Amino acid sequence: MTMRTTLKRSYYQDSVALMGLARELRTGAGVREAAALMGTPANQTLMADAGLLTEEARAAGPNDLVIVVRADSAAEADTALARAELLLTARRTRVEAAGRRRPRTLDSAVRQLGGANLALISVPGAFAAAEARKALRRGLHVMLFSDNVTLGDEIALKRLAAERGLLLMGPDCGTAYLGGVPLGFANAVPRGRVGLVAASGTGLQQVVTLLAAAGEGVSQAVGVGGRDMSEPVGASMTLAALDALGADPATELIVVVGKPPARAVRAKVEERLHALGKPAVAAMLGREVAPGTSGALTTVATLEDAAAAAVAGRRGREWAPRAFSDPAAARHRVKAFRAARGPAGVAVRGLYAGGTLAYEALLILEPLLGAGSVGGNLGGHGGGSHRVLDLGADEFTVGRAHPMLDAALRIEEIASAAKEPDTAVLLVDVVLGHGAAPDPAGDIAPALEAARRHAQAHGRGLAVVASVVGTAADPQGLAAQTARLEAAGAWVLPSNAQAARAAACIAGEPRVAEALLSGDA
Amino acid sequence: MAVDCVTAREALGLADRTVLHSGPPLAWERACPPVRTAILCAIRYEGWAADDAGAQGLVESGAVKLAPCHHSGAAGPMTGIVTASMPVFVVENRPRGNRAFATINEGLGKVLRFGANDESVVTRLRWLAREAGPRLGAALRAAGGLDLRALMAQALRMGDEMHQRNVAASSLFARAVMPHLARTAPDTAAVARLAEFIGANDQFFLNLAMAAAKASADPCLDVAGATMVATMARNGTDFGIRVAGLGPRWFTAPVNTPQGLYFPPYGAADANPDMGDSAIVETVGLGAFAMAAAPAVVGFVGAGGLRDAVRITEEMGEITLGEHPHLRIPTLDDRGAPVGIDVRKVVETGITPLINTGIAGHTPGTGQIGAGVVRAPLACFEQALDALAAARARA
Amino acid sequence: MADYRDLFSRLGGELRVINLGLESFAETLEGLGVPVLHVQWTPPAGGDPERARLLSLLEDEDGV
Repeated sequence: MTMRTTLKRSYYQDSVALMGLARELRTGAGVREAAALMGTPANQTLMADAGLLTEEARAAGPNDLVIVVRADSAAEADTALARAELLLTARRTRVEAAGRRRPRTLDSAVRQLGGANLALISVPGAFAAAEARKALRRGLHVMLFSDNVTLGDEIALKRLAAERGLLLMGPDCGTAYLGGVPLGFANAVPRGRVGLVAASGTGLQQVVTLLAAAGEGVSQAVGVGGRDMSEPVGASMTLAALDALGADPATELIVVVGKPPARAVRAKVEERLHALGKPAVAAMLGREVAPGTSGALTTVATLEDAAAAAVAGRRGREWAPRAFSDPAAARHRVKAFRAARGPAGVAVRGLYAGGTLAYEALLILEPLLGAGSVGGNLGGHGGGSHRVLDLGADEFTVGRAHPMLDAALRIEEIASAAKEPDTAVLLVDVVLGHGAAPDPAGDIAPALEAARRHAQAHGRGLAVVASVVGTAADPQGLAAQTARLEAAGAWVLPSNAQAARAAACIAGEPRVAEALLSGDA
Repeated sequence: MAVDCVTAREALGLADRTVLHSGPPLAWERACPPVRTAILCAIRYEGWAADDAGAQGLVESGAVKLAPCHHSGAAGPMTGIVTASMPVFVVENRPRGNRAFATINEGLGKVLRFGANDESVVTRLRWLAREAGPRLGAALRAAGGLDLRALMAQALRMGDEMHQRNVAASSLFARAVMPHLARTAPDTAAVARLAEFIGANDQFFLNLAMAAAKASADPCLDVAGATMVATMARNGTDFGIRVAGLGPRWFTAPVNTPQGLYFPPYGAADANPDMGDSAIVETVGLGAFAMAAAPAVVGFVGAGGLRDAVRITEEMGEITLGEHPHLRIPTLDDRGAPVGIDVRKVVETGITPLINTGIAGHTPGTGQIGAGVVRAPLACFEQALDALAAARARA
Repeated sequence: MADYRDLFSRLGGELRVINLGLESFAETLEGLGVPVLHVQWTPPAGGDPERARLLSLLEDEDGV
């Protein structure tokens, strides 16, 4: 076994590009492990943990690119490094051959691209606020994809944006649609008449994909960042977006996606929603949300209900929440899984790539499985046997890619959950769209299959319950991704909310399934 | 506008027993060999000492003082030596009313600016003072001044970048000055000597370009809060910059040695670290900044063709505030040359100004041994940024 | 606060995007025919946080 390092001084590359490079290198003959990272302290820790922190890697600075390869032989390691060099050069050559000059700064880009009106910023968080500020000062709207931007910076940026009538979408804004253009992690959805304001990227993705499935399109979708409706931020971008959508002739119905606003801003937001003169749906994901209708505003508790209420509103139909879109099929599947699960299998393990989807699952599972019975990293109340993990949370993504891009972490978690004897259900999400991995279902399907087999070998039945956030037009294809999961033995439901309910029906007390599966058929 | 050519004593008020040199302030002890020998040669030329030993004694005792050209309104190429009796061009920035000065370029071979120190150097300096200076002065006065900006804009369209390549600008200057020279000269022999001298030196115009650049850059030195570089200069030991918003203060760092091509039999080992005030032309968007206008220079500095030339100009565009309204580059669809180096942009990107330069031999008197490019050291700009931030904090 | 009611008419028919950070976002937009320019961004001042702070401090100074 040999380790070899390439250190390229002052050679910044973005994390997604480097992840792709490392993945390429790992496929090389004799290569056991490969890392391609910028030499930040966090990344050096990561390399140390992986046993890849060579002398050269230790000497790297935050602006230096480090490539470390561990291979069976020195020759194989060198071949891999030579390949890395080739791949990096090929990237540059491709850009240069296209005759495009890459500006080095925002300023120079503004000069080069006449009429620019939006800056899409996904640089590391420590640098993001400064770039966003520059963009706003130059009259650009900003989508701030970066996370780890301080609350103080967010407030200052939004104040600056408000002075100038500009959008500051974010920080941590994963998805938006402006003028039909999908930005960030976004599904291919048709243009239409529903305008959205979203504090959550995956939440927005779930709503617009369900709208698309029902034949409704998006006029505009403005991301505002998860903290916009907190007291210190005061919903400044939410209110701005509502004003804009209210006046937008292409928007006939408005959907707001987020957590319930802080007490101090709730009245302002509700007042604005009522004053729009357009029907509105608010999906408020929170424990104390009372669904209902007041005037033109319908409040719902899940993302699926938001889409359903919006579709009904567009078509002038009555609407009521439902647990499953195909209760008969659900009854049948639940019965089979409950019969197979064995006496020890009582727990739901939610392993999520989408943060809001994880939170929605938690909110659905808690009342069904018993208060205090669902743990995890989302402020689940309690140390019960059930668990929902948001694998995209900061504690999991320090120095590594988000699970929507790199399935490695989720694969590990799936394997370890399968080994726990009380696991009855693995509950997962798969998010498609621009920006997501090319084959996210295929990335985790083998692990899901292996998990089921492992349980089976130990005399337990393990149910895999999934939902896919996507559309037929997405690059990965909704049907193909669904089929891939089904081939791995997963039960794929049309929404995350239904998947969470299905999981509760399988793992919970018999009365849960009875309550959800009777009546509304 | 080139308006005159008179002695440095008259133009700069330069006192006797003072030797001006290029770059930021420099103590004799730290001077590189070509600068030292040029200083000694100038002292002998002025007759303040009979030989080098005597001249050195005067410098070491402080009887002869050293000062940067830039502190007296002048810009000098390479060693940049100016003393009182040397003639200097007077270039005026008409809208602003300020003036800048530069000596007459001596030509190639054994010359003072490359640190040569023998009788041929002194003989030429005497001719410049006795004949060339007064004749050129009379011609420029008779012409009512020559518009250098228009001339440089035209030369830029003829393949000059006014640092490494001045052949078009020198020719245009000769064309413009000759009738006035002929009309004001006492005899045809004098006209012939001048015509021959200017015609034999492709770099004749460099000094005029430097004075013009300095005349246009100097007024910025008083603009409070501005982050634009107003001066870049080197003395063979240090590279120094001055920044618009920070007045006369220099920010210095050890100068780099140029990368380039050498005339046989010389090589990199023979090269002196970079020197000269000529980087003032890059400061105003010429030289390497206008490389796209002068593809012929690119090969000389070790790069490829037009594409590389364009790339260099575009890279300099990353660290500048705007494009020159008059100096336009035909190969870039007549866009203006990138001008106004911003300290912030240099520090932000780590892209340092590129300078086209001649390479002097390290051994005094060798003269020019090659040509190439050199980067300004980042440390100058980092110090300037710190000072700008401190000034801002005080304000 | 400025008026946002004309936001979408101000944005007009065409989005023109400057992308800083993940290059894949620019590639997606390019594939969709959206005018986009990707910035070859690197951490300012070579990643030196103190100088980056000074750069922000001087951000609104006039250059000239």
